[in-house]
Amino acid sequence: MTQPRIASGVAPRIAIEGLTKYFGNHLVLDRVNLRVAPHEVVCLIGASGSGKSTLLRCINRLIEPDYGKVLLDGVPVEDPSFGKTGLQRRVGIVFQSYNLFPHRNVLGNITLAPIRVHGLTRAEAEARAHEVLAMLGMERFARAYPEQLSGGQQQRVALARALAGGPDVLLLDEVTAALDPELVGEVMAAIKAQKDRGMTMVIVTHEMGFARGLADRVCFLDGGRIVEEAPPEALFTAPEHPRTQAFLSRLIEGGRL
Amino acid sequence: MIPEQPTTPPPPPKRRGFDWRTALVPGLIGGGSIVVVFGVLGWLVATNDNWPRIRAQFFNPDHMLAALPRVAWGFLTNMQVWLIAMACIGVWALVLAVVRSLRGAWFAPFRLMVMLYIDIFRGLPALLLVILFGFGIPALRIPGLPNSGLFWGGVAMVLCYSAYVCEIYRSGIDSVHEGQRAAARALGLSEWQIMVYAILPQALRNVLPSLMNIIVALQKDVALLSVIGVRDAVREAQIYTANTFNYSSLVVAAGLFLLATIPMARLADWVTARDRARRLQQAG
Repeated sequence: MTQPRIASGVAPRIAIEGLTKYFGNHLVLDRVNLRVAPHEVVCLIGASGSGKSTLLRCINRLIEPDYGKVLLDGVPVEDPSFGKTGLQRRVGIVFQSYNLFPHRNVLGNITLAPIRVHGLTRAEAEARAHEVLAMLGMERFARAYPEQLSGGQQQRVALARALAGGPDVLLLDEVTAALDPELVGEVMAAIKAQKDRGMTMVIVTHEMGFARGLADRVCFLDGGRIVEEAPPEALFTAPEHPRTQAFLSRLIEGGRL
Repeated sequence: MIPEQPTTPPPPPKRRGFDWRTALVPGLIGGGSIVVVFGVLGWLVATNDNWPRIRAQFFNPDHMLAALPRVAWGFLTNMQVWLIAMACIGVWALVLAVVRSLRGAWFAPFRLMVMLYIDIFRGLPALLLVILFGFGIPALRIPGLPNSGLFWGGVAMVLCYSAYVCEIYRSGIDSVHEGQRAAARALGLSEWQIMVYAILPQALRNVLPSLMNIIVALQKDVALLSVIGVRDAVREAQIYTANTFNYSSLVVAAGLFLLATIPMARLADWVTARDRARRLQQAG
């Protein structure tokens, strides 16, 4: 087992301890430990069903684990001090299938939570939304509906929606998996910009180029456990664990690495 | 080696001009066959020995004209009940469906109550409910409660139809993708806000065609109130028949119902087609 590579003395932004989750009798997460430092980008890779997405969704409580805990800046995520919505405001998530609200336009998607949850006025929320959209190069689509946008544009709107509350942690769940190859670049560039602005990110991905170019650390999951974690260069060029080696060689055979 | 391409692509193919044969022949044949079929049927009826009696009993112009004002007046009652009941059903069924769809252990008793409600009101004949409410409750003479048969009959219709409409709403709520709920929850919306801002707008749009069908069905089923003495179109027509032993008044009532329901049915078709086009577009 490799050692977590966090400089000693830095308090982790996210600390995951002994996280275990069953779906029925099926063990999805098996005593997972993971620490993510502030401003760090961690990629989770692994085969389908290895527990990556479940791990991600435990961080913002879309899924409640059976055992173990998730700490955000040392505070358990289920702590009452977060209130009903404090956690959601600090942790944004973007999904594989965008999950934009089809009946609301871009602005309506982005301002829903700021207005209804965070109590901003419409004017404040829209000003903030325009700011975020401008950052993502999407401001001219503010009045468009999701169905009028390409996949890459929709995903950037989903990112804008996640950023509107001003989170300091971003969870990305296979955000490029549903995109046509030529649209992956624009979404990756937007995420790269978030990394450069110091966002702490946990990224589930099948896109190894993504992991290589963005991650400070890559974790390989297999059977609900993190079997290997290392900086991307080390993990991709000299994997230690036989499972990681097998997974990577399958990717190479498939032409995806 | 790719053969050299000319510098401009060939022009788009010419649209085929309007062709009378392909446009008109199917319509003419279709229309012609309808004329033939109904012509033969009409001829069979009209040449029947009993036709003069049938015409006198059912299609007597004098009786029809004489009955029209009162039947039409009654029909206004039908349409009033229809509109008011429609609004009440729309709201009450939505309340039931939302309660039935709320998640969490705290709502379990409420979910159970709604389930029971639906089982009861969907399992009973509407006619029985109309008679029970329309005659039964006014007979109790409870002070403070309205004792008009029209009111209680209307209540019975609302209670009964709401059970069906609730199930339609619920299928719409269930049809919204789980990812929408996850996205809304991740944004910090409460269960209630998720329902109002994320799920319901999509659910209602999805079930609009089914709702239209129920609205058409309700439009004619409000005539059930005639059995408890509400002077609607059917009741007025019956009264006329009872006085004259002529059934033309009922045909007048039938005509009025068709005048109202057929446009609604076409509207329902149109909504369904539009909805289908929208879904196809989204899928593509």
